[in-house]
Amino acid sequence: MMDELRKKAKELLLAGAVKVVIGYGKGSGKKARPLFARRPEQADKLIFDGSCQQNLAVYLTKPELKALGRPAIVAALPAMRAILQLAMENQVAEGLLVVIGLSPEGKLIELPDFKAMEDYLAGAALELTAEQKAKLEKIEKMSPEERRQYWQDQFAKCIKCYACRAACPMCYCASCLVECNQPQWVPAPSHAIGNLQWHVIRAMHLAGRCVDCGDCERACPAGIPLSLLNQKLAAEVFKNFKARAGLSAKQEYALGVFKPEDKENFIK
Amino acid sequence: MSLDIKLLKKESLEQWFGKISASGRRILAPVERGGKVLFEEVSSPAEMAGDYIQTTLSAKSAVFPRCEELFGYALEGKEVKLEERKKEPQPTVVFGCRPCDAASFAILNSVFSWDCPDELFKQRLDKTAVVSISCKKSDQYCFCASVGGGPGDTKGSDVLLTELGSGDYLAEVITDKGKKLVALAPELFGAAPAEDKAKNLAKVPKEFDLKALSEKLGRLFDNNEFWLEQSLGCLGCGACAFACPACVCFDLQDEGNKKGGRRLRCWDSCGFALFTLHASGHNPRPAQSQRWRQRVMHKFGYLPDRLNYLGCVGCGRCSRLCPADMNLLEHLKEIMNRD
Repeated sequence: MMDELRKKAKELLLAGAVKVVIGYGKGSGKKARPLFARRPEQADKLIFDGSCQQNLAVYLTKPELKALGRPAIVAALPAMRAILQLAMENQVAEGLLVVIGLSPEGKLIELPDFKAMEDYLAGAALELTAEQKAKLEKIEKMSPEERRQYWQDQFAKCIKCYACRAACPMCYCASCLVECNQPQWVPAPSHAIGNLQWHVIRAMHLAGRCVDCGDCERACPAGIPLSLLNQKLAAEVFKNFKARAGLSAKQEYALGVFKPEDKENFIK
Repeated sequence: MSLDIKLLKKESLEQWFGKISASGRRILAPVERGGKVLFEEVSSPAEMAGDYIQTTLSAKSAVFPRCEELFGYALEGKEVKLEERKKEPQPTVVFGCRPCDAASFAILNSVFSWDCPDELFKQRLDKTAVVSISCKKSDQYCFCASVGGGPGDTKGSDVLLTELGSGDYLAEVITDKGKKLVALAPELFGAAPAEDKAKNLAKVPKEFDLKALSEKLGRLFDNNEFWLEQSLGCLGCGACAFACPACVCFDLQDEGNKKGGRRLRCWDSCGFALFTLHASGHNPRPAQSQRWRQRVMHKFGYLPDRLNYLGCVGCGRCSRLCPADMNLLEHLKEIMNRD
């Protein structure tokens, strides 16, 4: 199956259809790492297996990658969702990239356009795993005081390295709100209030946009369970607006549109 | 300072911790927290993480906190009143760090005592003692032996413990600070056995020659394609710098209102685009490839040239936790493979 992937990537590069194939290569030990094949022979080093977890869509909006020219991207489910969400937010455009879709087993999926990706995702399992649900329920069952203490303990570990932001395909802002210092909306230091504000603001900014790839949590050197925040907010958005991120290139952003029938019962 | 070698029984550790705590010193030691190993205050060796090659973050926060208040200020009419925030730091024992970490304190000190001695840092360093534990195990990310260290190296440690086959420790008492710690409970330290220390250490191979690396780096500076190729995966976060025991860059932040406020010093990273952004909007390092080059050059070129210290102890943390698996040792080896 890996041969199929390599063959496809090589064809694209040979034909000059793309300038770079963003995929996975062998990394340190049992890890995979992003591989950027710019010459056909480099495509021979592409791999795809259980170690390939990073959501490569994060690279689509990096200026260094954009400068290389038209990309092809190896995309498993979370990357496909990220690409559609990025398209919905006008960050990538159909025709300006090639998506090499892969099933969880590593089988090539033909995705000639965004519509094909939408169709594939319509049949994909998007529910949280039993383990993820259990973790979320554990937090939900806490009293507000316990929950506050839980998150305070978690955020106390934050060192503000912004690995969560850097690893997130949806955190593509060229200048992040936390970097604005006139005025300083969010305190930059990694003290208690600075950490709390950063994580709450990030979670809110991702509400209804997060594609649940889990890269923020995997990237966090302090081990903060960031996915819990994102999963909770995704569940709330789904419950209230029946909307899920990254399933269509054209859907409306639940938190960005007003509809007369929107519930107002949260105003008390 | 003559090297003093003793035997510390495994079961005596608990009592030694007790004596150290009773002397008013806080003990920072590796503790397991949700799959990560972090330095936290402990009172007993039982709280320490059992089996770790390296802690996730370094012990540098003991002397260089990730966020600290430098001074406060108050505005009274047109007057600005500065309020000193100097307070006597608590005597601290960094316990159970690795020899590579022990060596890193001198690197931090070389920068903080360079042209303008940093009082806050110096006070903390003076009050910090380092009891490190030799490495029995290493992994593919470790490269201390290539940067002047080793799994049983005593540099920077006040006491170095090496676990023997029996589980007891060979204690090398290296400095006066170390002697003072041992003097808190001299009855716990017996005569050293004849067992060979080297036998109980990990084998970390020497992977490259520093002098040759420095020469190659000098010639590579302008090779933009090389640095681009090396850094395409870099996401531009600060995880490597913040986990690094030798990264010393900081950012100053003022927090306040019309009546006053405070100035804070926070860790910073050359990997951030904001790091070199000028007020004019110009950024001398606009691309991640230039920022990655800076990271490598600073550690292996500029620091050794200017302060005679290498900015890396080969602990491997940056590579272990990089979300894009940027492996520093591999990158250095690739530099060595260049003509």
